Amino acid sequence: MSDTEVLSKTVLHPAHLALGARMTAFGGYDMPVQYPQGVLAEHRWTREQAGLFDVSHMGPSFLTLNDRTGDAEADHAAVSALIEPLISGDIAGLKPGQLRYTVLLNETGGMIDDLMVGRPLQPDRQGMLYIVVNAGTKDNDFALIAAAAKGRATLTRADDRALVALQGPAAEAVLATLFPEAADLGFMTFRRFDRKGEGFVISRSGYSGEDGYEILIPTAQALEVWDLLTADARVRPVGLGARDSLRLEAGLPLYGHDADETVSPIEAGLAFAVAKKRRARGDLRGAERLARELSEGPARLRVGLRVLSGAPAREGVEIADASGAVIGRVTSGGPSPSLGFPIAMGFVPSAASAVGTPLQVIVRGRAQPAEVVALPFVPHRYVRKA
Amino acid sequence: MHFTKDHEWIAVEGDVATVGITNYAAEQLGDVVFVELPEVGKVLKPGDSLAVVESVKAASDVYSPISGEVVAANDGLTGNPETVNQSPESLAWFARVKLANPAELAGLMDRAAYEAFLQGL
Repeated sequence: MSDTEVLSKTVLHPAHLALGARMTAFGGYDMPVQYPQGVLAEHRWTREQAGLFDVSHMGPSFLTLNDRTGDAEADHAAVSALIEPLISGDIAGLKPGQLRYTVLLNETGGMIDDLMVGRPLQPDRQGMLYIVVNAGTKDNDFALIAAAAKGRATLTRADDRALVALQGPAAEAVLATLFPEAADLGFMTFRRFDRKGEGFVISRSGYSGEDGYEILIPTAQALEVWDLLTADARVRPVGLGARDSLRLEAGLPLYGHDADETVSPIEAGLAFAVAKKRRARGDLRGAERLARELSEGPARLRVGLRVLSGAPAREGVEIADASGAVIGRVTSGGPSPSLGFPIAMGFVPSAASAVGTPLQVIVRGRAQPAEVVALPFVPHRYVRKA
Repeated sequence: MHFTKDHEWIAVEGDVATVGITNYAAEQLGDVVFVELPEVGKVLKPGDSLAVVESVKAASDVYSPISGEVVAANDGLTGNPETVNQSPESLAWFARVKLANPAELAGLMDRAAYEAFLQGL
């Protein structure tokens, strides 16, 4: 992005400036990279209390059948059938109120994006899906989904509202001050809440590895709710810098870095997002490649690396085997504030992907010892409910 | 003390220059978590990488403003990289360089000129 290009602003932009945030261009938006506290403190606060993130640059949307029959199951099946051909997940099989992580696939089984798709809880809102895609890819994703649904369902973008993430062990208690019933949500479920006559969409989900929520806020209430949440002593605003270090520790891929159109979800370690039902039916885009990689194992795999000594290994750094032969590249990496040593993710041949495999990372021409470790680097602390 | 537009300071004693980064640069970098120092004996030209300073977000090169041979590196920073944020213009020097061409100093700013330069950013 060139400096002269006009950046979009989220509804919460004035709040970031008032808090003294350092702003940066991200996904076409002018976003807070950090607040005066700094990335390390924001990262640690999120792990210990609760961090509040503006993620309004992302792509929340609703896909709604044009002609609903009123039969909840039939309407859900009909809207699911419109999006399933594009993605890897079983959407028809979602229970009311369930949210699923899934992948938009190209014809060769590569990843166009990763996204969340949810089925509303309320019986009178069936035949609708809540879909959240990534910031940098949203225009293309929305065009693909709208084209696939053309004439039968309408895609309504909701990226003019505010989307915030409240993440950390105190998130449940904090959000209960505004929405007491949000505490009843389990990980990867969501529902609509009303406040002052407008609808909020609250999901128990996030991108930090911590318990927490993502909250779609009506535009007119966005700054008020942001201020209410940040006024809570347990909450501090957190910028994109710590968002990235938190998700790295949580072993979560970042689209455009740890995944792209050449990478299959199997290679990316996301086989769980390729639904068994869809595999059995063989109706996935790139089904042949995905089936082959699942049965024979993929040629390469996304792994976690612990850098045993030396400088952090960042995106683009070469990964070598013990003999020094280059076998892959780091796709995300940096210092881990929680662990105190550098961590990285990258792709290596499957033969070198076992936990404990000794490897090297070549940082500024110098080979540093590294080792394959299990993902996530820092255990997830999601709150699941029966 | 001399200053550069890249926000380095250079303190000269005899023919040895001590090089670090300014308060402004340290503030811009954010929390420093790793510092890579030059080896003693390394011969630098202006623009060569003298050190690498890393925050959570990024690695930033510190470029040598002068020519000369590295005669000391501040190894204390390796175990305490946060010193770069705490005392950038005193304790957190990166290297001492034996000046090969003291005339290079003439092109640098003094503190007043550097402060004026910061005002213009």
